[in-house]
Parts: sequence; C-alpha cells; structure tokens
Amino acid sequence: MAFFEMVKTALRTVLQKPVTILYPAQAAKKTPLSRGHVVYDGSKCISCSICVKKCPSQAILLDKEAKTWQIDRFRCVVCNSCVDTCPTKCLSMDTQYTAPAVAKGVVTFSITYVKPAKPEKKDEPKQ
Amino acid sequence: MTKQIIVPFGPQHPVLPEPIHIDLVLEDEKVVDAIPSIGYIHRGFEKLVEKREFTEYVYIAERTCGICSFIHGATYCQGVEQIMNIQVPERAEYLRVIWSEFSRLHSHLLWLGLFADAFGFENLFMGAWKTRERVLDFMEETTGGRVIQGTSKIGGVRRDISSERLDQMVKDLDTLDSEMRELTTVFLHDDSVKHRLRNIGTLSRADAYHLGAVGPTGRGSGVAIDARKLGYGAYDRLNVPVVTDSCGDCYSRCAVRAKELFTSTDLIRQAAKKIPDGPVEVKVTGAPDGEYFTRSEQPRGELVHYIKGNGSRFLVRSRIRTPTLTNIPPLIKMLQGCELADVPVIVLSIDPCISCTER
Repeated sequence: MAFFEMVKTALRTVLQKPVTILYPAQAAKKTPLSRGHVVYDGSKCISCSICVKKCPSQAILLDKEAKTWQIDRFRCVVCNSCVDTCPTKCLSMDTQYTAPAVAKGVVTFSITYVKPAKPEKKDEPKQ
Repeated sequence: MTKQIIVPFGPQHPVLPEPIHIDLVLEDEKVVDAIPSIGYIHRGFEKLVEKREFTEYVYIAERTCGICSFIHGATYCQGVEQIMNIQVPERAEYLRVIWSEFSRLHSHLLWLGLFADAFGFENLFMGAWKTRERVLDFMEETTGGRVIQGTSKIGGVRRDISSERLDQMVKDLDTLDSEMRELTTVFLHDDSVKHRLRNIGTLSRADAYHLGAVGPTGRGSGVAIDARKLGYGAYDRLNVPVVTDSCGDCYSRCAVRAKELFTSTDLIRQAAKKIPDGPVEVKVTGAPDGEYFTRSEQPRGELVHYIKGNGSRFLVRSRIRTPTLTNIPPLIKMLQGCELADVPVIVLSIDPCISCTER
C-alpha cells in the first residue's frame, strides 16, 4: 500500500520559492532566439516585396507608390519567414511580445530608403 | 425495462480541453451507448494547400496541432521530400528526432497533468505542468518557439544546435529524469490513483486491434504498434523500445505514457551521442510532382499525411489523418457499460486532440 506519495513533493514545493513569475510586472523569460514580434527598418527596405509573397498568413502589405509598409499584427503568426527571406535584412525579430492592443488595425511604416546614386562615369582620356 | 435517457457530454465540459460532443445513452447510471460528433472547430487547412506555396505550407501544417506541432511539420516535409527525391542531411534527421522526442515529452507531461486534473488530483496536475516547463524552455532556447517550433523546412531544418548546447542538454536531462521519476511514482504507485483508474474503460486486445486503436491507446491494450519502428528519419539508427501494457484500462494507458517519458529521454540521449557534424539543410529546386503517403508517430499515435502535387508551386491535395480520429471508435467501445461518473476520465484517457482531428 502506498498512500500520500505526493506529500514529499508537495511539502518541498511549499518551502521553495514560487516557480511562476508575476508577468507582466516581472519580465518574461526570453532567449536570444525567442520570436516576439517583427521589427521593420524603413531605411534599408528596397521594396522588393519578397516578405509579402512569403508571408503564410498574408499579414504584410507593401505599397510602392505611397512608399509604405504595413503589417497586421493580428494576422501575423510570428513564423520568422519574412525575416529569413529579407535580402537587405531590414526585417528583424524582437524577443519581446508587443503590448496588448485595444483596437484592431494595421501598423504602417514609411519606406525611407533612398537609392544610392550611381557613380558617374568619368570620361577616360582615349589613348 | 429501464427507461433510457440521453445525456449530452461536451462540447463545453470542465474536463475537456477541446470540443467534442458525445450523446450518452443511459440506463440509470450506466452508459449503454455513446454517439460522438465532431465539427466544432473546422478550420479548412487542407483546402488552404491550394492557396499557399508548398514551401510556405510547412507553417500551416505545423499549426494543425498546438501540442505535436513539430511532428506535423516534419511529417509534411518528409512527404514532400520523398516526392521530390531530396536526401535530407543526416544531422537534420537527428535534429528532427531530438525535437520530435521533446514534443512527445511535452505532450505526455501535459496529458498527465490534465489526466490528474480529470480524476481530481490538482496538486499532481500542477506538478506535471511544472516539469513540462523545463521541456518548453529547452524548445524556446533552441528553436525560438515554446509550442510552435517552426524549425522544420523542406530539405532539412532551419536551426542547428551547437555541440556545447547538446552536451548541456544531455546533462539537463538527468535532472528532468529525476523530476519525472518523482512524478510518475505518484501516477504508477499511489493507491488513490490506482483505485480511481483500475478496471474502468477496459478495452481488450482484440477490440483494440479490430477497432484500429493507435498509439498509447492501442499499446495500453497490448497491441505493440509504434510508427517509429518504420524507421523514418533517423529512427532506423536508434534503438526504439515499444512500451506496452496488457490490462487495457485507464491505468494501463496512463502507465504507458508515463513509461514512454523515459524512452523519449533515452532516445534524445542516443541521438545526441550519434549525431554527426555537417550541414542541416540542402537547397531545394523545382516543385513536387506526384503523390505520397507519409507516416510518423505522434504522441497520440500514428499520423498520416497524404500529399499530392502536379509540378506547380501549389499542391493539389493534402489530407491529414490524425490519431485521435482513429481512437474515437475504441473510445465508444470503452464507454459502453461504464458508469456516468467515469466518463470524463475515460474520454481523457485516449488523449483527445480535436483541433488536429478537424483541422
């Protein structure tokens, strides 16, 4: 007969510190690889729209005319697909989650990338 | 003759983590028949395969289930790789085994907790989930996601685990093992637990075989089936012991899962020892043209993915058969003849995952 098998563990847990944390008052445990939310840097974006094509949840919208990049955080599943495929690395993954939102909607960023001017060809003296 | 009444059970019930509806036909307090119905959370994943490129569909395949997500993604990749004749690097195969086994650990610990909650052992429930956090921490540290790992891709895996991290992981497994041993002692030896679980929901070996029980539900009745024995991925190079129990009651199914925790940690140790160096992915060109049935072992049993492509970037058909679907007929058999008060425990003993069943 074996009764009260749990008592030893239960008593030890009572005497220990709590194993849970008081989130959000205390910061959540995060690792360098944790996927929190996508961060966009408009100064590096070349408007190639690969992220739009590769997004499995169709959360990203890019408008080349208006020079805007939009993300719907409610559609985004934080899969890292856009970050992996971005050729200029203008997208990155932050380890922390975004703060809770009170209204649905998209977040719009403006594309500030300026194409560097091509170096002018100098007329080389003919030999 | 006693008057028969029908008592609805679910889709909302304190014991059910996910919605399944069962009409229980009662004679006094005895269940004489049970009529199941599903269809509360259909999400249309199989149709979505026509609208997303086959490389992006991995993310969707992974979100079929919130518990065994990695195995869903890996099985889908395995199917596409077979159609396209892609040889996955050996290191990637081993990494898939490691993450799959961690998924199994996490799923079994979650289930043991929920099961303890179902038979009214709140403290044990908390204990099981506390241990599960260790597994989730490892997952987050190596893949970036606690539950949805997102590391499987066609042609290999997205992330590598460094050899130092692997060594540390093997050391940490010892602590995890001792914590789990303390936990499973209560499940396996405590008399109050035994008293609640013994001789309820009994499923004979013959019934389990004929009704197609898979995974721990089948193994708990003595049917030694395990899809890992097929030797997919790196499992052919590892020693996979099949845990079975002969009684076929709720206690047996619980015992099988409790013992499988240790086979999983053992498999991780074996994989960490044998893992070779090298690349973790190969470049994939072209698109799948053909069809393939791929099978793998989920924590709940055998999972089947059917994939059909026509040479374009979009697949034509995807079909997923999950273990819970095959475990519903055995569940009905278990419910016939049981007491009404035992129904929650019996339903939970097959580890129902309705989200993946309906997709």
